[in-house]
Amino acid sequence: MDFEPSAEQQMLIDQVRRFVREEIIPLEAKLDPDASELDPADHARLVEKTKAMGLFGIDIPKEYGGPDIDIVTRVLLAIEMAQHRAGLYVPCYGTFGGAGLAQIFEANDDQKERYLYPTLRGEKKAFFGLTEPSGGSDPARAIQTKAERKDNGWVLNGAKIFISNADRAQYGIVFARTDASKGRAGITCFIIDSDTPGFHVRRVVHTLRSSHYATELEFKDCWVSDHQVLGEVNKGFAVANDRLTRQRIPYAAGCIGVAIAAHEMAIEWAKMRTTFGEKLANRQAVQWMLVDNEIDIRTARHFTLEAAEKARRGLPFKIEASIAKLTASEGGGRVVDRSMQIHGGMGMTKDLPLERWYREMRIRRVGEGPSEVQRMVIAREILGSNLR
Amino acid sequence: MSIRLRLDKPWRPLTAEEIARLPGQLGVYQVADATGVLLCIGQAGARAPFGLRSELQRELAERGPGHQFRVEVNQQYRTRWFELLMVHQADHGRLPPDNAKNPPPLGRLSPS
Repeated sequence: MDFEPSAEQQMLIDQVRRFVREEIIPLEAKLDPDASELDPADHARLVEKTKAMGLFGIDIPKEYGGPDIDIVTRVLLAIEMAQHRAGLYVPCYGTFGGAGLAQIFEANDDQKERYLYPTLRGEKKAFFGLTEPSGGSDPARAIQTKAERKDNGWVLNGAKIFISNADRAQYGIVFARTDASKGRAGITCFIIDSDTPGFHVRRVVHTLRSSHYATELEFKDCWVSDHQVLGEVNKGFAVANDRLTRQRIPYAAGCIGVAIAAHEMAIEWAKMRTTFGEKLANRQAVQWMLVDNEIDIRTARHFTLEAAEKARRGLPFKIEASIAKLTASEGGGRVVDRSMQIHGGMGMTKDLPLERWYREMRIRRVGEGPSEVQRMVIAREILGSNLR
Repeated sequence: MSIRLRLDKPWRPLTAEEIARLPGQLGVYQVADATGVLLCIGQAGARAPFGLRSELQRELAERGPGHQFRVEVNQQYRTRWFELLMVHQADHGRLPPDNAKNPPPLGRLSPS
């Protein structure tokens, strides 16, 4: 596979790179180092620019009004969009828009009218409620939130944790167990309005990602009608699983973008900084760190583009998505760590973005399926289904 | 495991002497009037030259004498600040008066 960008892709890459360097980074210099939002006026102004570029709503499918950009190109652009301080989790502060939760495209026509289209118009925000206090890596077994049949609907009871944006969203997609005897075939996906009685955002959960909090949710006799079932009863796990696999590719791209930015900073610093009468760049110890950075970045980029290319062709890409997520999150963490080491004391300060990337990149080895689960997915694939 | 939601340390007088004892670290703080009515919840972020000390010096300069404060050193000053504002809103149905003049985007929290 040839992963050199085409002329058209390169033009888009250059456009986004200029946008990040000329619009985002200068604004970011004035914000708190942990900021995750732009001033609303700046945000609105930049959204107009991304619309003029024809790149707003980049992840929205063409049939819903998106710009019809293939997944490989989207990965190349996602790598660029992440190359600023907040870029790992808030690429370009959301000025390129978003498609919302992928699952909501599976909704029926009535649900699309009530949730999907308002989300695409920016009128509604959603949260994704999967992980529970009992675990997140094995949702098929860990989900203890129950939904029981009552009054032509369902009553939910249980808790979710590490849920982003639940306190600000108008609705969420929530997974609950509807048949305790069926394991992964007993989970159903519900759309829950945030003002439904019995739905509570109980507390803020502080993490390494101090720019943004997660929340803990409680469902206490929370009744919803049959109209709120997304997809089919007891087939919710497939909806969650498909999303988790697809999400791994852009997740990897963000890690690569930050790794590139950290590596470029380290190269520049190594050429400039003199210690004991010698530039850092002339010292073998530093050269090898930079070489290892380069190898980690190229490896992750190759695997991520390979996964994207298979997805673009409609081929199975589960194993490739796991390899991409694994190499990009682990390699990206190593790159940021080495780049901090090269910067010495300055690398530890909030004057530079490295310390934020270091903290946020650590989460990437756990989020969207930890490294161990990715290895498990790959092992199952290469050892075959007779493993157990 | 106990999770502390509210900032409920004893109030200290907002004076130059008391502020001089503060660490130059990141964190959150509250300012009240002399009777203990909460006026604002603030944060000392990484752009404040001496963290909490700088922010409370600014508060003293703007408000003058007759006020009280309390602080919490916290590296997660941003998310903790949002949390304190949301908890206050849940407890009292409104934000402290100075925060209400220019409210940040806040979510809904219903602490149990």
